[in-house]
Amino acid sequence: MATQGAEGHAAGTEVPAGHAHEDVFPPFDSTYFAPQLIWLALIFGCLYLLMSKVALPRVAGILSTRKQTIGDDLAAANKAQQDAAAAAAAHEATLTEAKSKAQALGQAAHAEAAKAADASRSKLEAELGAKLAEAEKKIGETKTAAMANVEGIATEVAHAILQHVTGKPADSAAVAAAVAATKA
Amino acid sequence: MSEAGSAAVDPIHQFHINVLAPLDLFGVDASFTNSALFMLIAAAAVILVMLIGTGGKKVVPGRMQATAEMAYEFVADMVRSVCGESGMKFFPLVFTLFVFVLACNLIGLWPYTFEVMAQIIITAGLAFSIILLTIVYGIWKHGFHFFGLFKPSGVMPALLPFIIIIEILSFISRPISLSVRLFANMLAGHIMLVVFGGFCVMLLGAGFSYLAPLPLLGITVLTAFELLVSVLQAYVFAVLTCVYINDAIHPGH
Repeated sequence: MATQGAEGHAAGTEVPAGHAHEDVFPPFDSTYFAPQLIWLALIFGCLYLLMSKVALPRVAGILSTRKQTIGDDLAAANKAQQDAAAAAAAHEATLTEAKSKAQALGQAAHAEAAKAADASRSKLEAELGAKLAEAEKKIGETKTAAMANVEGIATEVAHAILQHVTGKPADSAAVAAAVAATKA
Repeated sequence: MSEAGSAAVDPIHQFHINVLAPLDLFGVDASFTNSALFMLIAAAAVILVMLIGTGGKKVVPGRMQATAEMAYEFVADMVRSVCGESGMKFFPLVFTLFVFVLACNLIGLWPYTFEVMAQIIITAGLAFSIILLTIVYGIWKHGFHFFGLFKPSGVMPALLPFIIIIEILSFISRPISLSVRLFANMLAGHIMLVVFGGFCVMLLGAGFSYLAPLPLLGITVLTAFELLVSVLQAYVFAVLTCVYINDAIHPGH
């Protein structure tokens, strides 16, 4: 046992405990209280310094960085979503505007076409009206001429009827006057 | 373990202190022993996880960094819930205590290692230092008012002397209970493991080799149980430290 030699050496320095040391329950062996306490203080102290000055601030930094990163990412995602919504709204607005513009354009074209159609129709109507009027005038003239002829015919017929009925030549001037009087 | 000839295994042998390097410091024995070696190993394990594991400072942690973060948040939550936000200045101390005790216990569970916390002087050294710290901090922070700790409010005046005596006794027994609890738990568990191992050896030696797997099964179960005890006792030690620190921060009951 390697233990024995080491213990023997240590026990040798500790004169009064020298013999009893063999039987004592090892955790209660006061021979090794001092070295254990010294090394505990040394090791625990160093560990405490390393933890409190280096390790724990570093972990705290890591955790806060992560929190920050997640927060930033979430904010960025939120902003992107809002941007997307805004873009969608803008697109919608553009679409509506284009639609209404197209509608207006269509209406204007329609109105223009209607106007042009109206204009050509009224021109045609005017032409037709003019032709009609001319034709009516002609008819009127023909009628007047025909009517003048009818007067002559009527006078002649009246003259002939009178001659035939009376048996003697009739006064043509009187017949013409009588026809004119009847006509009036 | 090393008594090769005899069938009986000495369960106490594992707690022997072996001097690895004799050292004398101004007349005081400061030899480097196996106890110091395993404290050093435990501290190195903690440094490995807490310092080297967190070296990358990664946003998405690796295994060691995740362990370090979990330990940090676990102890931070514990300190915050027991001592409140004003207790956070003791967080490094509680954290170091917790991880040091935990590392010692977990490393001590390996065969052929040494359980540092089964040395009463180690647990007593930690416990008395903690109590001393709480007394010094309490008096420095609250002066005489710190002793209001011993006078619970809302007690019948006739009963007050007895209550105060009981409170003082309970305060004095704090470092003892704190150190003995951890020490006794680790000591008993490690003795049990060796005793069951001894059963195994004895059964084999006595020719009842077909019975030998039974204590082996017992060791397996006990090892799992000891794992639980190791973590639990480290946790209990840290929580009670928080409670005592809380008494120093807020002495009024």
